[in-house]
Amino acid sequence: MIALLRHMRYVLSENPVTLLAFALFAVLVLAAVLGPSLTPHDPLATDSTRALQPPSATYWFGTDQIGRDVFSRVLVATRLDLAIAMAAVVIAFVFGALGGAAAGYFGGWTERVISRLVDTVMAFPLFVLAMGIVASMGNTVGNIVLATGIINFPIYARVARAEANIRRNAGFIEAARLSGNGEARILLMHIVPNILPIMAVQMSLTMGYAILNAAGLSFIGLGVRPPTPEWGIMVAEGAAFIVSGEWWVALFPGLALMLAVFCFNLLGDGFRDILDPRKRT
Amino acid sequence: MLRFILKRLAAALPTVFGVLVVTFVMARALPGDPAAYFAGPAATREAIEQIRAKLGLDKSVPEQFGIYLRDLAQGEFGKSLSTGQSVGRELVTRLPASLELVLGALLLSMAIAIPLGVLAATRPGSWIDHTARVVTTAGVSLPAFFTGLVLIYVFYYLLGWAPAPMGRLDAFASAPPGLTGFYVIDALIAGEGETFISAVSQLILPIVALAIFTLAPLARMTRAAMLEVLASDFIRTARASGLPPSMVTYRYAFRNALLPVITTLGMVFSFLLGGAVLVEKVFAWPGIGAFAIEALIASDYAPIQGFVLTMALLYVALNLVIDVLYGVIDPRVGLEA
Repeated sequence: MIALLRHMRYVLSENPVTLLAFALFAVLVLAAVLGPSLTPHDPLATDSTRALQPPSATYWFGTDQIGRDVFSRVLVATRLDLAIAMAAVVIAFVFGALGGAAAGYFGGWTERVISRLVDTVMAFPLFVLAMGIVASMGNTVGNIVLATGIINFPIYARVARAEANIRRNAGFIEAARLSGNGEARILLMHIVPNILPIMAVQMSLTMGYAILNAAGLSFIGLGVRPPTPEWGIMVAEGAAFIVSGEWWVALFPGLALMLAVFCFNLLGDGFRDILDPRKRT
Repeated sequence: MLRFILKRLAAALPTVFGVLVVTFVMARALPGDPAAYFAGPAATREAIEQIRAKLGLDKSVPEQFGIYLRDLAQGEFGKSLSTGQSVGRELVTRLPASLELVLGALLLSMAIAIPLGVLAATRPGSWIDHTARVVTTAGVSLPAFFTGLVLIYVFYYLLGWAPAPMGRLDAFASAPPGLTGFYVIDALIAGEGETFISAVSQLILPIVALAIFTLAPLARMTRAAMLEVLASDFIRTARASGLPPSMVTYRYAFRNALLPVITTLGMVFSFLLGGAVLVEKVFAWPGIGAFAIEALIASDYAPIQGFVLTMALLYVALNLVIDVLYGVIDPRVGLEA
């Protein structure tokens, strides 16, 4: 543990960008937790007398077409956007890790069925599949989470399968088997914990993609409904005003989206350097 | 070579079958009773039963799947509820517009990312290397729909260099005659210079927005693959034999490094096809993505199913081309197959 911490400190001092990512992450988490209580204005309050005002001391990010404060809306949206992505990643992680590990450990039919499932999902352009799933299962936030989880599932399942496959005949697994552990117990208590660190790297890398995907779906009008503040919807609403020069309505939610994704991508790279230095590119 | 291609085609069949099953399930998973939905809110019970029989929903599921396959084989994708038009025909006329975006973005992305990756790999730790890393990480964090809007603001509203983001041609140009449906190519064949310029200038911003998003995976993979090849024994031998550095880099290392890059193209296509949907909305581009979004808003399901199926089949076909290309570049793959 101490060795890992020392190694972490070494990696962080070598790579200040990762430190920046951690700082950004802290800001995002704070915004998500405290956001609703920090807003200077009510994110839903409309006022036609102050519509489309450019950024000022009162309205830091300006106001939108019906006079809502863009800053408050961007801040409040953090929680929803991160929650959707997080829930989707957890779904993908749980099913991907268990399914993939079972496929790699048991082989045979289990492996064939799960590989076929993974191949079928991978046969679609992922965003298009997510659109199709939400369209056919119903246009709700829950289905956005589910669709984003499904398109991320193959990444986890593939990694878990490969890692479990390497370990299925390792010494410590043989030892566990000889001491009388059942197959399910070996899978859950010996294989899965061993592949968790590698999966954690994937989690951070896919989190960014999950945020983009969920925001993209709401950008085209799926899932979250207005007037709920959400970054994708806000960019979509602001898009109409770009050609007439009111840039702030779309720019700030877009920047928030970009920073969040950037943060998770950098974090993923940083985690990989800490946990698996060989894969560094 | 022909045998290799046929083998790959055969290997793609289960994937295509999987895709068809998924789109079939999607069509049947519609919330509520599809027959009642298609009949409309004012329909009587008999009318609903009639529609159920007409849609084949009273038959068993395997039978329904068979009918679904038969219709698809005849190019029958169903009818759009809101426009009454045949979905298949609409998809065929709109597909070239989407492909123009996707292929254009792919070429642009490759033209930037691959040299960037090679430069970064031949000078590891240099400022080019660091810049490439930061730029590509930032690029992959930018949602294409947002980049598109920023580009419109800067190049249309502020600078006035780009035309209005309103489709494939400006208001005064008419579509060039031609068979391919790619305006850029059709205009060239017809020799219509002005139409060509109009089509290209409308294409630039959406293509750039899409390409920025796909730079990162390509550049990273090129860099990693080049670094690995440059460290291998045969490169050391080539250097020791006194071959000029440029020959070692480009003829010996680059050709070998291309293989993993080509594999990455599959993922890049997945990004591009998905991103194109969003970019089409931003630029009012009349492609199949915009068609699907209109249908989504109207809860019109046949176009969405057709769209998902078309995109998936296109993606399977592209992956097949990538596989074959892999075999062409690396003769060893062909021998093993």
